Amino acid sequence: MDPNQFFTASRVFIVAGKGGVGKSKIAAALTLAAQRCGLTSLLVETDGKPVPSGISSLSLTPPEALREYLDTKGLGRISRLMITTGVLDVITSAAPGIDDLLVLGKIKHLERSDAADVIVVDGPAAGHAITMLRTPQAISDSVKSGAVRLQADEILEMLRDGSRCQVVLVTIPEPTPVQECIETAYALEDEVGVKLAPIVVNQVDTSDLLDIPLSLPGHSALAQAAEFRNAQILRHHTNIKKLEEQLPLAQLIVSDLAACTIEIIADQLLAAIEQI
Amino acid sequence: MSGIQVNQLLTDNRVIIFAGSGGVGKTTTAAALAAHGAQLGKRVVVITIDPAKRLADALGVGGTLSNEPSRIDLSAPGELWATMLDTRTTFDALIHRYSPTPEQATRIIANRFYQNISGALSGTQEYMAAEKLYDLYNDSRFDLVVVDTPPTRQALDFLSAPARLTRFIEHPLYRILIAPANAGLKVISTLTQPVVRLISKVIGAQALEDTVEFFQAFQGLDSGFGERAAAVEKVLHDTLTQYVLVSTPQPDAIGETQFFADTLRKQKIEPALLILNRVQPRFTNNELVDTQSIAAEDLALLEENLAHFHRLADAQDEAAEIFSESAPRIPVVRAPFSAALLDDPEKTLETLCSLGALMARAD
Repeated sequence: MDPNQFFTASRVFIVAGKGGVGKSKIAAALTLAAQRCGLTSLLVETDGKPVPSGISSLSLTPPEALREYLDTKGLGRISRLMITTGVLDVITSAAPGIDDLLVLGKIKHLERSDAADVIVVDGPAAGHAITMLRTPQAISDSVKSGAVRLQADEILEMLRDGSRCQVVLVTIPEPTPVQECIETAYALEDEVGVKLAPIVVNQVDTSDLLDIPLSLPGHSALAQAAEFRNAQILRHHTNIKKLEEQLPLAQLIVSDLAACTIEIIADQLLAAIEQI
Repeated sequence: MSGIQVNQLLTDNRVIIFAGSGGVGKTTTAAALAAHGAQLGKRVVVITIDPAKRLADALGVGGTLSNEPSRIDLSAPGELWATMLDTRTTFDALIHRYSPTPEQATRIIANRFYQNISGALSGTQEYMAAEKLYDLYNDSRFDLVVVDTPPTRQALDFLSAPARLTRFIEHPLYRILIAPANAGLKVISTLTQPVVRLISKVIGAQALEDTVEFFQAFQGLDSGFGERAAAVEKVLHDTLTQYVLVSTPQPDAIGETQFFADTLRKQKIEPALLILNRVQPRFTNNELVDTQSIAAEDLALLEENLAHFHRLADAQDEAAEIFSESAPRIPVVRAPFSAALLDDPEKTLETLCSLGALMARAD
C-alpha cells in the first residue's frame, strides 16, 4: 500500500495497547512516518508523558481539556472558579467518565478544525484505552439530554466513522499480549464500532535461526545463547501466525529489539506499510 | 537480598501490595509470591484485577465472575485462594451494607448515575480494589492478603482512593447537593442554587438531576462510607502492610518504577522490595570450545549472538544499578524470563510456584 494512502484513509489514528508493548514509541514513530509522506502530523499525548522532540505534538490532560472546552463556550470564569474551589475535583470524583469524555472531545475538536492532516493519539497507559473508548457509549446510554450527551454522541459519530478515525492496536509476539490483542480487537469492533487499522507487532526478533553444530558442547555459553535465541525466534513466529489466523487484519512488523530510535522505527513502519 | 528476607516478607505481614506500570508482570509475580506464601504455611488470598486468561484459569478465577475467593488446589502446608475484582458487585455489596433499608439500596442501585459510576467507567475500580482489600483483610480465613493493583493513569490512584472519597463527602458542594432531602424538598429546588446551575451548564441539566437524585438517595449512607474509607486508609498505611514494586529491566520501565517509589515515599511508605521481572539470562559458561570443528561463518554468527545477550545483560545490570543508586535501601530480587510460563498452559500453576520459590532463593 502506498504510505500516503495509508495515512489519508482517516485523519485520526488512536494508538492502543497494553503496557510494555512500546505503544508511545510506535505512536511517535507513526507521527514521524506521516510527516515523511509530506503530510502535516500531530501527536497527542494523553497521559502526561513527555512528548518527543522533532515532531509536532500536544500534551492533553483532562483539566486542560476542560479549561479549553469551557473557554470555547465562553465559560472561562466558571472553569477557573471550579478549579480553585475544588468543585472540579468533586465532579470528576463523582463522574469519573467525564475525564475521558473531555479528552476525546478535544480530539474531536482537533479533527473537525483540521489541526493537521494526520492526528496520532497516544492513548492512556495500560488497559485504560478500551475503557476510554467505551465511555462515550456509556454516557450516551445513561444521559438523556444536555451538553454532555451531545458531546458523547458527536464523539461516537467520529469513532464509528472509519473515514475519520481508526484504532491502531500495538502488540508484541508473546502469547499473553497476542491473546489480549485479539480480545481487545473484537471488543473494540463489537462494543465501540471503531475501524481497526493494520496491527503493529512490535519487538519482533526477525533474524534467521542459528545453526548449532553438533560438535558444540550443549552447556557452553555459545550453544545455550543460540538455543535461547532460536526458541525466541520460533516463539515469535508462532505467535505472529496465531495473530494472523485469529485476526484478519494486515500486520506491520517492527523489530525494535535493541531499543532503537523513533526514526528507525518510522522507517520500518513505512517499509511495512508498502508491503501490505 | 536473601531468601530469608523474601520469606519474612511473606510470613511477617498481613497485606502485600504490588505496584508497577502495566505489562511488567505484576499479576504473575503477585500470584507467584502468594503461592510461595502458601508453601510457607500461610493462608493466602490473592486479589487479581484483570488477569490474562491463562493466569485466571490457573488461579481458578477464569470462569464466571465471582466476588467470593475460591480455593486453589495446591499441595502446600498453607492455603492459596484467589479472587478477581468485580467492581460492580463490590459496589452493590457496599450499598446494601450501608443502606438503612433494602428499599433505599434498591433505589440507589436503580439510579442511572449510580449505574454509570459503578460499572465500566474508570476511577471506581481503585475505590473498589481498596474496598475489597479491606474486606479480605478482616476475613478470618486468611493470614495474608496479596493485592495486584489496577493499571492506572496516575501512579497510585489506588492509595489515594479512600482519601478522595472522604474529601468528596466532606466537600461543601456535596452538602449543597443533598440539602433539599434534609428539608424534605424536591430535587428541582437544588437545581436553583447558583453554584449548581453553573455545574449544570457544564455537564447538562439531566445528568446533574440524576446525580442529585443519587446523592439524595445516598443520604444516611455517607457516614458509613466515610468511616469505612478512613478504616481502609489505615490498613494501607499499617506497619504490617508492605509494598512491592515490580519492573522489567528496561530503562523506561525502571524510570516509571522510580516515579512509583517517589510517589510512595511522599506518602511516607518505603517499598519493601523491587522485583526485577523477566531478566534475560547471562550465558557465562566459557569452557573451551573446539572452534576448529565449526565453520568460520557459523562461528561468527554464534559469537555475535552470544555478544548480543552479553550486551542485553549489561544494559539490564545498568538499569538495575540506576534504580539502586536512587533507592539504595530497597532490595532487588531478580525473576528470570520464563519461557515455561508462556509455553505450557497445563503447567501454569506449577510454574508459578517454582517462580515464587526461585524469587525467594534469588540473591
